[in-house]
Amino acid sequence: MIDFDYTLTTVVLGGALVGLLSGVFGVYALLRKQSLLGDTIAHAALPGIALVFLILRVKHPLALTLGAMVAGWLGTMTIPAVVNRSRIKPDTIMAVVLAVFFGLGLTLLSVIQKLPTANQAGLTKFLYGNASTMLRQDVHVMAAFTIISVCAVLLFWKEFKIATFDADYARSLGLPVRWLDMVLLSLIVVAITVGLQTVGVVLMSAMLVAPAAAARQWTNRMEIMALLSALFGMGASISGALLSSSITNLPTGPSTVCIITLFFLISILFAPNRGLLWQWIRRRSRHGEITQARLLEELYWLEQNHEPRSHYHEVRSLQAVNHERIDRYLDTLVRQGWIERSGAGGIRLTSVGLRQVETTHAEMEGKELL
Amino acid sequence: MIFDIILIACIVAAACSMPGVFLVLRRLSLQSDAISHSVLFGIVISFFLVKNFHSPLLMIGAAATGVLTVMLSEVLLKTKLVKEDASIGLVFPALFSIGVILISKYAGDIHLDTDAVLTGEIALAPFDRFVVRGVDLGPRSAWSMGLIAGVNFLFLLGFFKELKLSTFDAGLAASLGFRPHLLHYGLMIMVSITAVGAFDSVGSILVVALMIVPAATAYLLTDSLAVMIALSIGVGVVSAATGVIVAFSLDTSISGTMAVVCGLFFAVALFFSPRYGMVSKMIVARDRKWVFACYTLGVHLLHHEGTPEEEQESHVRHLQDDLKWAPKYAKKVVASGIRNGLLLKTGNHLRLTPLGKETVRSLMNRG
Repeated sequence: MIDFDYTLTTVVLGGALVGLLSGVFGVYALLRKQSLLGDTIAHAALPGIALVFLILRVKHPLALTLGAMVAGWLGTMTIPAVVNRSRIKPDTIMAVVLAVFFGLGLTLLSVIQKLPTANQAGLTKFLYGNASTMLRQDVHVMAAFTIISVCAVLLFWKEFKIATFDADYARSLGLPVRWLDMVLLSLIVVAITVGLQTVGVVLMSAMLVAPAAAARQWTNRMEIMALLSALFGMGASISGALLSSSITNLPTGPSTVCIITLFFLISILFAPNRGLLWQWIRRRSRHGEITQARLLEELYWLEQNHEPRSHYHEVRSLQAVNHERIDRYLDTLVRQGWIERSGAGGIRLTSVGLRQVETTHAEMEGKELL
Repeated sequence: MIFDIILIACIVAAACSMPGVFLVLRRLSLQSDAISHSVLFGIVISFFLVKNFHSPLLMIGAAATGVLTVMLSEVLLKTKLVKEDASIGLVFPALFSIGVILISKYAGDIHLDTDAVLTGEIALAPFDRFVVRGVDLGPRSAWSMGLIAGVNFLFLLGFFKELKLSTFDAGLAASLGFRPHLLHYGLMIMVSITAVGAFDSVGSILVVALMIVPAATAYLLTDSLAVMIALSIGVGVVSAATGVIVAFSLDTSISGTMAVVCGLFFAVALFFSPRYGMVSKMIVARDRKWVFACYTLGVHLLHHEGTPEEEQESHVRHLQDDLKWAPKYAKKVVASGIRNGLLLKTGNHLRLTPLGKETVRSLMNRG
């Protein structure tokens, strides 16, 4: 570490760019149900990096990134080419491309490691990512690609959105859907390859899936989802990068992935409306409403079928129907003034409660539910 | 030593191919990627518990992690908050990351380095011998992988009918009282155990290569399940052996080269498989185009045969006006019709041969 401030700002900037790009494009991958594509692209990029280094013998950031992009793009385009022309299914060709390209990458890396030049050290950082070895030039390259990709998204926002949600509609509007898909896929390739240096080939796919999956829980609007996803991505990759630069022997990729997974877990648990906690609360309160309605209904039925009207009924006769503790719900009903208790533990409908039941019945008849 | 390595590589390939076939057929190929990554978590955790890399407990722990991966993905899916692809893509990177972090933090305690996790150390495998009472029985990993391959084979043999039915028609299997879900987990345990066994020698990503690529190659070559399994084992073993030999002669990464060789075999099958290859499909499609054009011409000729317009309708130049065929195309169609004995050309007029008439009539009747 030559200059702490220099490293720190580089790491923060790099992390922010990676998080921004993978966050935004992850939204498309997630909505198109192509989350696992990221894994294939990232692994397929490795031979590109290795080959470029093998030819140039220097770690030129732009050249390496371009090499990664070309290889990742070739791997990605192999998938539809094979699926459309053979009986091979998408999942199979994705696994084949992933494994074979990665194998080729490892083979080339092993060639590089035997080169006499000592320059090759640090290429393996592309496997797990290493933010602390990032240089300012790397950040410049990343920034350039980020600006281009983000501009493209802003320019074609509407088109990409329609093509993602309703390709048939987009086609009927005369949009070149195939071309749009191709551009979008290429931009996803760019987003992934830009992140390889900090997060690494092996775990880059998580950076595409997790921020978008977390953001999805908080909103139903794509604009907000993309913003949130970018924020989550940035938060996770900056903190992951900072953690791994300050703690020795902590690779950047895995720590970033752990943080973003945490973001995702928090989101599915606590996000309003969609989150599991909210679901649970809603289910509980709805359950309560339904049970209360059923209790009223039962009391009404007892009242109609027993003489004299409006005498007290035993709680036990209700419990036989609702196999659960109903005291809680009875208390609520008493508080609402719909039923009353006798000293001996009996219950009956009040006149207000009676009217409530009859209104409900009238409403249901109006909707032809009865 | 190279023979020991070839032996180990072949056994690993054979063991991997067997579950691979079912992953490919059930469209679960990417589960092999997920499981082969997340077993690392199981290996590390079990290692902390038993402090021994050769303990069978490691296998159990790893198999449990494989099942855990599948279960966690299913739990996520059941919340309906994420789709299936994302549910897989969220679980395994998290588990793998924890595994890698534990390895890098406690590198002194664990004799595993994070690069070896990806590439394996098959070159070192022959040094670890299986010695019983002073007798050297060969490399230990050959024995352990052989055991796993045997277990896989017995599983396939014992549940062949059930696996076949639940793979091709899960609904029917369920309605007949088989338990497709249970079998699914059985298969996932098989994948996990195989992945752990192969982890040492080829690493996590190349497990995917050995599981999926030979099976995909076999899938391009046959329609029979039993043949597909046999072919996939065969292709896997041949690629592994070739891969080791190539890697030794070029001095490259053994596991990487094996994956590349697997990929080459796949590419050959993809292009040149007799029935499902791209080239043979292209040839069939091209032939079909000319055959169809010939039939069209035949129907046209038969339609006007014996009518006053026959003279005009059967003229070669008329094809350009009536059928809107380009002159070059029309010439090619006529040539192919004559070659196949369907047409006769006298001067500039076309006539159907008896064979041509019969062919066209049978075509018309079919509709």
